[in-house]
Amino acid sequence: MDFTDDQIMRYSRHILLPEVGGTGQEKILNAKVVLVGAGGLGSVVGYYLAAAGVGTIGIVDNDRIEISNLQRQIAHNTARIGRFKADSAKETYEALNSDIQVITYKERLTSRNIKDIITGYDIVVDGSDNFPTRYLVNDACVMLKKILISAAVFRFEGQVMSIYPGDGPCYRCLFENPPPPGMVPSCQEAGILGVVPGVIGSMQATEVIKTILGIGQSLKGSLLIWNALDMSFRRIKVPRNRECLMCGDDPTIINLIDYEQFCSTNN
Amino acid sequence: MRSTTRNTLHTTESIMADKRLDIKGQVCPYTFVRSKLVLEKMNIGEILEIVTDHRPALNDIPKNMEHEGQKVLKIEQSPDEAWHIFIMKNSEKC
Repeated sequence: MDFTDDQIMRYSRHILLPEVGGTGQEKILNAKVVLVGAGGLGSVVGYYLAAAGVGTIGIVDNDRIEISNLQRQIAHNTARIGRFKADSAKETYEALNSDIQVITYKERLTSRNIKDIITGYDIVVDGSDNFPTRYLVNDACVMLKKILISAAVFRFEGQVMSIYPGDGPCYRCLFENPPPPGMVPSCQEAGILGVVPGVIGSMQATEVIKTILGIGQSLKGSLLIWNALDMSFRRIKVPRNRECLMCGDDPTIINLIDYEQFCSTNN
Repeated sequence: MRSTTRNTLHTTESIMADKRLDIKGQVCPYTFVRSKLVLEKMNIGEILEIVTDHRPALNDIPKNMEHEGQKVLKIEQSPDEAWHIFIMKNSEKC
């Protein structure tokens, strides 16, 4: 690939790295990554992927910006309250880097649309804020063999894991089924330290870039948990569960499930 | 006569480069970045001649090239006060 003068300057700090070079930067520019959610996690993931030059970034989010989001959802701003998060994030990322293209999907993910949406992408990043979506994304990625960088945050803690279907555990190997409705409070109910999704989202972006470049060691089969209060990191090895309902030797889940029907609404 | 000090590597042997990159006017780190991008597309064993008029690049380019496993063959100065750095591609690191 022949870089323009602007690209040579923009990506020079990447090109300097022995592990990246122009070859690596070309891979980043050709990559296609889709973000599920443009909230606390998604804001930061998208921001760093745009900065890195990921050529195509998809954003799936049908929410509108509210003032309470701005404590942590840094892709948005006060002037954009009321606008769609997906549109706001697109504007932010394209202003940072005109090399990239952002495609927005202002719709709720369901069993009917998810496969069509994610099929054209190399990597899926889960920044969703509810269990129905988390399980739907996991299942669809396993079915379509899409690499999934999954994360979750709560109060002062966050966790992140990389899922390589067919080569390691999936989300259900760790948590077989979603919790009963009302058991786990949302950020709206429990609170969240604003920076926590920023740190965890940055880790998701790190995993995406490492995956694109094929460098370092991924969080495949490894759940990384960070606590902001004591700045501790813990790693839990997650083996593939051979009896996993989704990715086990005899999976019983063969269709995508819309848990929404059985869960309380998450607004 | 060959000196073994990296920064003053001189040889009276002339070198035929496979590719010549003129980066006069460029400053660090773009001197090395642009050299690296060209070298990436070359084959192992091929020689790149880099022409620069930026003094810090005399240290920067050889140091970074060696760090990436490439071979610095020669540095010479031409009458127009540009320097010519000859690098042999030795590694697919870049």
